[in-house]
Amino acid sequence: MTPALSVRNLRIEIPTRRGVLTAIDDLSFDIAPGEVLGMVGESGAGKSITGSAVIGLLEPPGRVAGGEIHLAGERIDHLPPERMRHIRGKRIGMIFQDPLTSLNPLYRIGDQLVETIMTHQRMTTAEARDKAQRLLEEVGIPAAKTRLSSYPHQFSGGMRQRVVIALALAADPELVIADEPTTALDVSVQAQIIALLKRLCAERGAAVMLITHDMGVIAETADRVCVLYAGRLAELGPVRDVVKHPQHPYTIGLMSAIPSLTGDPDEALAQIPGSMPRLGAIPAGCAFNPRCGYRFDPCTVERPPPYDAGAGEAACFLHAPAFARQAPAETLRQADAAGIQLSIPNGEAAR
Amino acid sequence: MSMQGLAVANETGVERKTLVEVEGLRRVFDLSKPWLNRMIEREGRVFLTAVDGVDFSIRQGETYALVGESGSGKSTIAKMAVGLLPPSAGSIAIDGADVWGKKSPEAERRMRRKIQMIFQDPFASLNPRWRVGSIIAEPIKAFGLIDDPLDRAARVGELLSLVGLDPRDGQKFPHEFSGGQRQRIAIARALASEPNFIVCDEPTSALDVSVQAQVLNLLRDLQERLGLTYLFISHNLAVVRHVATRVGVLYLGRLVEEAPARELFAAPQHPYTKMLLEAVPDIEMEGKDRQSIAGEIPNPITPPAGCHFHPRCPVRRPECDVETPPPHRVGDATVRCHLFGSAS
Ligand SMILES: Nc1ncnc2c1ncn2[C@@H]1O[C@H](COP(=O)(O)OP(=O)(O)OP(=O)(O)O)[C@@H](O)[C@H]1O
Ligand SMILES: Nc1ncnc2c1ncn2[C@@H]1O[C@H](COP(=O)(O)OP(=O)(O)OP(=O)(O)O)[C@@H](O)[C@H]1O
Ligand SMILES: [Mg+2]
Ligand SMILES: [Mg+2]
Repeated sequence: MTPALSVRNLRIEIPTRRGVLTAIDDLSFDIAPGEVLGMVGESGAGKSITGSAVIGLLEPPGRVAGGEIHLAGERIDHLPPERMRHIRGKRIGMIFQDPLTSLNPLYRIGDQLVETIMTHQRMTTAEARDKAQRLLEEVGIPAAKTRLSSYPHQFSGGMRQRVVIALALAADPELVIADEPTTALDVSVQAQIIALLKRLCAERGAAVMLITHDMGVIAETADRVCVLYAGRLAELGPVRDVVKHPQHPYTIGLMSAIPSLTGDPDEALAQIPGSMPRLGAIPAGCAFNPRCGYRFDPCTVERPPPYDAGAGEAACFLHAPAFARQAPAETLRQADAAGIQLSIPNGEAAR
Repeated sequence: MSMQGLAVANETGVERKTLVEVEGLRRVFDLSKPWLNRMIEREGRVFLTAVDGVDFSIRQGETYALVGESGSGKSTIAKMAVGLLPPSAGSIAIDGADVWGKKSPEAERRMRRKIQMIFQDPFASLNPRWRVGSIIAEPIKAFGLIDDPLDRAARVGELLSLVGLDPRDGQKFPHEFSGGQRQRIAIARALASEPNFIVCDEPTSALDVSVQAQVLNLLRDLQERLGLTYLFISHNLAVVRHVATRVGVLYLGRLVEEAPARELFAAPQHPYTKMLLEAVPDIEMEGKDRQSIAGEIPNPITPPAGCHFHPRCPVRRPECDVETPPPHRVGDATVRCHLFGSAS
């Protein structure tokens, strides 16, 4: 099946006075129709910039410097702005963190929905109004008919985000990009919104790229998850595997740093020493190597590409037999103990 | 009446003295339009009760966490506790001294020194034009703790090491640090006046999980080493479970449940507490059927009568619409809910 979205070897550069920064470096992933792909990573890892590149709204001077982006098989990364504007809204729906940035405070909710529907679909105003009402009902706004004439400020934060979801889905898009859709919302409302987004996209067969740094949200919503570190893919795999059996040392650190509602609360949280490098100061070799407990010789010299790892892929030399054989036996033993599924048989390591 | 009984022995059996005592705390905001507008538009005055009769106490060396949705009054309580916002009624005493009581300038200084606050946003709370060293030295100077500049610089270096930074980092400016490092700087500054009580208002909400772990571990480590007492505010229950000794659950300005952290998470009593715990996205994904939460937070200007939570409550009874539930003891918890006995 043709993926709804296919990103191949994406490279995003930001020219600055002090040189060209590489914000995304050789990133590849697919999202199948009806699939939810979670994008996680620390602040600055490149999640939003990837989303912006897909919808053709990279903020200048940022630019796609390499790779390709395909929407349902059609290449879209080099389209003229006019064509791209048509694809946005019609074929790609967008949901951002702050619902107020997506809604015009001066227009009634109903008029905004009707306008969006009519821009992308041939319909009479009356038909579009009917559809707008149905959409509001679908996203769970009570008294949808009367609410069509409300203004955004008359809705609570959770209700506004529902309206934004209705807007994003108004033209029945093939792909929805949701960038931190619940971060500005209350804990109690977050779960409602996530469940709603997931259900509606599943019903429509829309693919979803869900950007968030909340692993809990990802765990409950995504089918697969893509972990970014310093603009590069660290790990990509089915969500259960990545959460329960992470294969990249960074993902392992990330997972154990999350406080949970189970487990011993008196135990100190696991923490990764140091911090993610700034774009101008990414170390040679693997970007994670200075913080990695499993680092061995090649990690500081060469950049690991994604290798098959467990049920997914991980950009780590421990998963490349030819390299892993060079690792000290103790490193391999520790990696094995941490759940890294080494591809070389035990004891085959050099010393 | 305080919601807790007398000081209870903690797990190790050692009695710790009560450091912070909050009683009948209330804060009302006047949201009325100016008098003339009210006359023209024939509107009455509008009040918002952000904090509505809250009692709790914190023992020395412990962490009391306040949880609740946005607008429940967490930050308003924090501001009253550190002396930034006067209460409309009620009192906060730290080590026996009323934070808002009349006292000599000397006593006032002594008290201010002992209470510090750490804010959510490590970006906004540090002066961008000051070097980190000066930011941390400022409270030491202001309270006249160390007069000799060399000794003061040494103390700043000590504080930086204490929070896991390099003493040489004092020469840098805040923008040269990452979010987690900036929060460490804010913690170092809070520690500079040698406080014994620190109010942390969402100290890790702006941080990534990996950075959050560093900051939470640091706060806990400092508590053990320096015997600090924390009032810890967060809407992240997993974080609270990790740091808190006791937990108070706020709903529209009222404490609906209060219990030792272990009890609260193992056996939540109030329907609202249960709902909050249900709503936490769980990375364990053990296929628990999430009970979708009905409704949203009501307008705080016109809160529902009786129990504020009744419009969203799955187990509501007739009396809930009219009568405010009194506190009930349920095991080690204090719960304001009619389920545990009808009001007399
Ligand atoms: N105009 C710009 N000039 C310089 N650097 C930029 C610019 N725009 C983005 N960046 C950098 O690109 C990187 C990726 O940013 P992006 O917004 O995608 O991060 P993110 O993963 O979405 O983080 P967050 O969780 O904070 O939203 C960051 O390091 C950011 O500082
Ligand atoms: N200075 C003020 N003037 C008027 N109303 C205020 C003021 N400060 C707070 N409020 C109101 O008091 C209520 C409690 O606010 P508070 O900031 O304490 O909530 P919170 O629990 O900290 O929420 P959050 O999780 O969003 O930080 C809210 O309804 C808020 O709008
Ligand atoms: Mg972002
Ligand atoms: Mg607050």
